[in-house]
Amino acid sequence: MFDGLLTITVFLPAAVGLLVAIFARGKNSDQQIRWISIGATVVTFVLTVMVFVGYDQDLAGVQMVDYLERWIPIDALRSSYLIGVDGLSAPLVLLTGILGMAAALGSWRIKKRLREYFMWLLLLQTSVLGVFVSLDLMLFFIFFEFELIPMFMLIAIWGSGRPRYSAMKFVLFTLAGGAFMLVGILAIYVTPGVNTLAMVSIPELGIVGIPELIAGADLVVPAALIFTFFFIAFAVKLPLWPVHSWLPDAHTDAPTAVSVMLAGVLLKMAGYGLLRISLGFFQETKGFTIHDVAGYMAVVAAVSVIYGGIITIRQTDMKRLIAYSSISHMGFVMLGVAAVGSSAVETSTAGLNGAALQMFTHGTITGLAFLMVGLSYDRTHTRHIPHLGGLWKKMPLIAIFFLIAGFGSLGLPALSGFVAEIMIFLGTFSVWPWATGVSAFGVVLAAGYTLWMVQRVFFGARPTSPGISDEVYDNLTDANWVDMVPVIALAAPIFIVGIWPSVITDMFDIGIQAVVR
Amino acid sequence: MITEGLAWLIIALPIAAMLVNGVLVRALVGSNSKYAGYITVAAIGGSFVLSLMTLGTVMSDGPLHLESHDWIAIGGLNLTFGLMIDQLTSIMLVVVSGVSLLVQIYGQAYMHGDKSYTRYFTYMALFTASMLGLVLSNNMIQIFVFWELVGVSSYLLIGFWMDRPTAAAAAKKAFLMTRFGDFGFLLGILYLYSQDSSYMDIMTLYHAIEAGHIAVSVATWVSLGLLAGAIGKSAQFPLHNWLPDAMEGPTSVSALIHSATMVTAGVFLIARFFPLFEHSDIMTLVALIGGFTAVFAATMGLVANDIKRVLAYSTISQLGYMMLALGVGAYAPALFHLFTHAFFKAALFLGAGSVHHASGTFNMNYMGGLKRHMPKTYWGMIIASLSLAGLFPFSGFWSKDEILGHAAEVGTTTGDIVLALGLVAALMTAFYMFRAIFLTFHGEWKGGGEQEMKDAEVAGDPAPVGSAHSHFGESPWLMVAPIMILAVLAIGIGFFSNPVIEVGGIDKHAFAHYVTVENHDVFPLDADGGHSAAEHAGAAPEFNYMVAGISTVLALAGIGLAYLMYVKGSISPTTMGARFQPIYKLMFRKYYFDEVYENIIVRKGFYKYVADALRWFDEHWIDNANVHLSNWVSRIGKSGALVQNGQTQTYAVGMVIGVVAVVAAFLLWG
Repeated sequence: MFDGLLTITVFLPAAVGLLVAIFARGKNSDQQIRWISIGATVVTFVLTVMVFVGYDQDLAGVQMVDYLERWIPIDALRSSYLIGVDGLSAPLVLLTGILGMAAALGSWRIKKRLREYFMWLLLLQTSVLGVFVSLDLMLFFIFFEFELIPMFMLIAIWGSGRPRYSAMKFVLFTLAGGAFMLVGILAIYVTPGVNTLAMVSIPELGIVGIPELIAGADLVVPAALIFTFFFIAFAVKLPLWPVHSWLPDAHTDAPTAVSVMLAGVLLKMAGYGLLRISLGFFQETKGFTIHDVAGYMAVVAAVSVIYGGIITIRQTDMKRLIAYSSISHMGFVMLGVAAVGSSAVETSTAGLNGAALQMFTHGTITGLAFLMVGLSYDRTHTRHIPHLGGLWKKMPLIAIFFLIAGFGSLGLPALSGFVAEIMIFLGTFSVWPWATGVSAFGVVLAAGYTLWMVQRVFFGARPTSPGISDEVYDNLTDANWVDMVPVIALAAPIFIVGIWPSVITDMFDIGIQAVVR
Repeated sequence: MITEGLAWLIIALPIAAMLVNGVLVRALVGSNSKYAGYITVAAIGGSFVLSLMTLGTVMSDGPLHLESHDWIAIGGLNLTFGLMIDQLTSIMLVVVSGVSLLVQIYGQAYMHGDKSYTRYFTYMALFTASMLGLVLSNNMIQIFVFWELVGVSSYLLIGFWMDRPTAAAAAKKAFLMTRFGDFGFLLGILYLYSQDSSYMDIMTLYHAIEAGHIAVSVATWVSLGLLAGAIGKSAQFPLHNWLPDAMEGPTSVSALIHSATMVTAGVFLIARFFPLFEHSDIMTLVALIGGFTAVFAATMGLVANDIKRVLAYSTISQLGYMMLALGVGAYAPALFHLFTHAFFKAALFLGAGSVHHASGTFNMNYMGGLKRHMPKTYWGMIIASLSLAGLFPFSGFWSKDEILGHAAEVGTTTGDIVLALGLVAALMTAFYMFRAIFLTFHGEWKGGGEQEMKDAEVAGDPAPVGSAHSHFGESPWLMVAPIMILAVLAIGIGFFSNPVIEVGGIDKHAFAHYVTVENHDVFPLDADGGHSAAEHAGAAPEFNYMVAGISTVLALAGIGLAYLMYVKGSISPTTMGARFQPIYKLMFRKYYFDEVYENIIVRKGFYKYVADALRWFDEHWIDNANVHLSNWVSRIGKSGALVQNGQTQTYAVGMVIGVVAVVAAFLLWG
């Protein structure tokens, strides 16, 4: 079976990126590269919309499957080229389409080594898309790890501050997590009876997935250990306390568009993994199930939310501040997942749906926040909050959309962040009241750091000294229409999902219902 | 007749005005477009007409029971949205949209010439829409949604002139302090939801309480959460100190925040969940917080020099009155006071804005003698002040007396305590209000905004907020007319909406009867078909001459004292201040709450000992963990490297040892 749409969607960015890098030549090559690369992401965005809209919600299940059995001609490998979308992955594919486009548009002003820059950016998009559509564990792993290469290059070459250090730190952390995941995959692989690496069952193709194969089976490696291997990989990537320390550095030093991608979709690979693998595989395993550790997950989530939130309050670099807030917000994802500790399936699906939606909303909200910081930084050349002030007067549009991102982040109703958070709280409270109650204080902290930053950067008066010079301040300009295109692309879903959440939640629910059995 | 579609229009009109102003007018016409004002006035005028229709419908046909619609409907989670139109909603709708309409008309003149005129009317439309949505909500989560939207629109409006650092700080303070309360509100919602998700629907909750399905402990915890939210929004002790700072917004915004929207949301919330509160154990707490706040805030009002701050403390104090009324079970008097207060407080704030228009300052020490220049504003404010002070026959007299009369009647210790507190507050209210009137309108002109700026310059202080050049004379009609309309309401609305005797077709206690006896959802009929609970909550059945007499004497005493101190000068305020220096200073510094919260709790406690400590931990331990780890790895690598030093002799020694070991092992165990 080969539908083709997904394969094209996934590989289009990479193909265009490589072709442009090789063939674009001549005087105007920079402008051509820019237009073609952005064009590729726009087409990819349209394709992801087609995937999202084309998914038949009544039919449910896995759709748009592309399947090449034993694509690597080594029989013992048992790996297939198996990609497809279900309710869980379709919104994330769409998210990657939106963010990829916004990141490319937001890179309009990049001048340094443009050819390579766009190549890596497009390769990055392909690898993230690949993670979300892969239904073969080996394929999933390859995409999951491949993303490191473009990320390393993008941070190390186009970053600021200490780019090499941050890029290396990022790679080492993720690689270490990935190593654990590989061991986990091997542990599943050696289990007798596991003759495929399919992550889900697809009855139409006669594929029985790992969840069913290992349910109740005698495992060679204890289930608790396999679970731990996968969990470590995802905890690092999410990131959860205490393995979060790569995130602030990577974010702070990455160029704007890469921060947008990192916060917007790369962290979601971990959340997706938690739902697809940690939850999907370990509900009926012998001797250990995910339900046994849900309480610990809730505690770690609460610690991440509060710890991340408190540290965020004391940050003075705008990007670092948003980076730390991401730790707090991704803690909510973990909290929602912890709802699986409930004995009632209905309760747990509410929390899990909230976790899934939180991934989507955090992607757009934090993506927008990084984009706005980038626009402000391009003009003021500083992100140091005490040096800034009174920027609203000079650049109202940037201020307004930053404020929208900020309100989204503090969970203001009518914006998407609120919907995700209330779903997580409602779903998890009856299971883990204390952890949820404590985590809910995260929204007060979020109001604190967001409004503090808004007040210091955009409101009030410009600090006389030290600060940005008169010359720079007087010549500050607001965002123009080129800048606004990606801004609108990210802001629109924040409002749409905030007011009409069922456009996304109905889809996620189909996926969650299939994962939870 | 109101239908569901028309009722939705009540919210939709101002939202549409916001979108049109914020996007189209701003982009196509400009940031200072008179059309923005017209659009907002038209939209809110439409909402007001529809609100009147709603009131008429509910008065004739009773509450409308409407269906909910799905908002999020997935497995295990079903959140809905819908309208609740009962007696409480209909009253609130009229108050909110009516006062808002007058404030918008006033704003046309007051904000005239402001470079962000369009933005002002955009925010105002959002603010009004949020408040209207709040009172129309039929489930708890929807209330929370609009509750937060009220919060954010007040944030935007308080910080309207955000290039002033003080305005930016005040906006943040208002949002953060109310959010603290909202955290409690959220926990209350979560706890109730965890009991049964259907309780989110208010009608279902009412029925569950009536049927005895909800344990007292559940009601207590949930009510406690809601009370925290109400304390934050209604600026009750100990989350009161954001409200005086909220004066940084335009005065017309203050008028709306303080009278009909925002602060009344907290009182509304308790009224909306009154059956839950009555079922809980915290009614006494509500009464005591309210009673304490009524006096506590009034004491700060006695010494404030900024006319808007005097009014702000008065608002906190009057909201305390409403809370204490709810706490002693006086449902109808609380709402009645909310109703009358909205009009006279709006009149006072609009009057203060008018005074500022003429004098160029809000500091009463630089005013004086304005009576001659602006008689209409003067008389409007006199009437509103008499109403606030609770003098016969003004509106405030009737509502305040019902509260005090009810407190006297319940006969509990709590009732007696709050009655005493209420009477003390009544004395103070009359005093500070007429102190403000006398300082502003009587006596000698003391230089206004110019003088204030000069003094600040001499003292080396930054220019006072809101100082401008004075230009004597009555304010334009667009400003005066709303004040006069509100003044008329401040005279008559109290008696004629809820008369103590039947007058010309208006039933005795019509208002109280309407919100209690006729509302079977909140006050279900007794087993024998009677209305005892409703009648109890409907307040003093007979006019209490004793209480009315005492409170009138106290109010007159307060006015008299103010007259002696600030007009006759027979008692010198400065001597009084000097004699009671410690108390005066304590009140003038607002009991040091700002300092304690900001400097001690937030800066020293939270920032230094929690946040900075955690940050240090993160940077030195968590962040360096990878450094430690890599050092470890390289150390292991180095010790391993000693073995592989490239010298054949070492390898040979190793090999010999290995072979010997293997052979030995083979011999031993083989």
